[in-house]
Amino acid sequence: MPKLPTIPDSIVPAPLRKPAKPGEGRGGNGQAPADLKTSPPERQTDVKRLGDQAKDAPADVLAWVDQRTGATGFLTGMLFRKVPKGTNWFYTLGSATLFAFIVQAVTGVFLAMFYTPSTTQAYASISHINNDVPLGQLVHGMHKWGSSVMVILIFLHMGRTFFFGAYKYPRELNWVIGVILLILTMTMAFTGYLLPFDQRSFWASVVGININGTGPIVGPYLSDFLRAGPELGATTLSRFYSIHMLLVPGAIISLIGAHMYLVVKLGTTAPPWVKAERPKIADPVQQLDAGAESNGGGNGASPTS
Amino acid sequence: MTRRRAFTIAAQGLGGIAGAAIVLPAVGFAVAPIFHRGKERWEAVGPVSDFVEDTYRQVVFTETEGIGDAGKTTAYVRKSSKQLEEEPGKYVAVSNRCAHLGCPVRFVEAAGNFICPCHGGVYDFQGKRIGGPPVRPLDQFQTRVREGQVELGPRYSVTSQLEPVRARDPGEFTGGIWEYLYPPRPSTFPAP
Repeated sequence: MPKLPTIPDSIVPAPLRKPAKPGEGRGGNGQAPADLKTSPPERQTDVKRLGDQAKDAPADVLAWVDQRTGATGFLTGMLFRKVPKGTNWFYTLGSATLFAFIVQAVTGVFLAMFYTPSTTQAYASISHINNDVPLGQLVHGMHKWGSSVMVILIFLHMGRTFFFGAYKYPRELNWVIGVILLILTMTMAFTGYLLPFDQRSFWASVVGININGTGPIVGPYLSDFLRAGPELGATTLSRFYSIHMLLVPGAIISLIGAHMYLVVKLGTTAPPWVKAERPKIADPVQQLDAGAESNGGGNGASPTS
Repeated sequence: MTRRRAFTIAAQGLGGIAGAAIVLPAVGFAVAPIFHRGKERWEAVGPVSDFVEDTYRQVVFTETEGIGDAGKTTAYVRKSSKQLEEEPGKYVAVSNRCAHLGCPVRFVEAAGNFICPCHGGVYDFQGKRIGGPPVRPLDQFQTRVREGQVELGPRYSVTSQLEPVRARDPGEFTGGIWEYLYPPRPSTFPAP
């Protein structure tokens, strides 16, 4: 991975600066700067004082927030957390999926401003978005093609996790959450397909609902639930719309939060081809054993004596 | 039972009741359509003289009201056939909804078969499956004659022996043990 340019500390707000490594603390060994010894401090002019205040203002605001939230500790811990050796581009697939979701969320909000979830007006409103609204075709296209991008990225991300063995202890719960997110994303793709209400979406939804219905015992009821009745009708469309833009996105957002919390909490895994380094300090148990040996059995409490 | 424990249980109980008061009506509202059966609907599709024994006539009528063209469905209607030993004086209305996954089938006059464009399901003249992935014969609609007009009513499904059962969704088997594995839905009408 190419080395990223370092951002000079002067433009990073003080609370977000990367903490100094041990032994490299700024300001040397506590010695006063040379100029303080030789020349007395200058008298500040009002302009300079105001300028200094203005310069400090952002840091002061951040400090005010930080004092009341304790966010600094969390943010520095999250933003400067250690990643294992061998971390590579495959590790960006999760972030890419998140980005695809954000694209869907943002374009979806703007599509909802023009879309009408009614069987008689849905198709006309989509035509209106595509043909009349400025950039409407672009936003609709981003949402339509972005959905496929998100599904593809999810599977790539899942494949990376599987082939790198990143689902193993202690990250099993994150795998489970990820699978639920996958199912929710498929629900989004399924419910979104009906919304343009053209021939393709109508018949695709008919077939999709009927596939759901082939599950024994609960299948027929599941179909009725999805259609809100025995036939695909007006209520089906509003029901799919509500599931698509209210129910599932809420669940996805909260589960993404849980997913990312666990990523930060547990850290990421090294790729399987990176061998574990030999520890520099010997195993503490061995050290203790070695210590007991060298003490030469002088300790009466030793069970071997 | 300490005072602290009594209060803990009371507080959790009240919280539970408050939660249920929000969740139960909402869930009930969402699942209610499963138990709701609409009004029985009959629609005239043409005078009796329009329909003959040896071929079908295609009719389009409204199955679901309020959603415009999307609520319309197609049926193939004919007079019951003496040759096939059907009950005389009746009218047979075969739904064009494929019993595989619900695509629209078409009656091909030359072959005397119904053929589905999606996955290649084939049905004979009576709607019995003779090829492809469908799991049962084509659905039918109840028929009656009022004032010289043939009227079509609620949909019903049939077993492989063409015995009427309550309407099932495409992809669901009918008859035998399947009547229990794919239970009839309360939103459908009883079979004739």
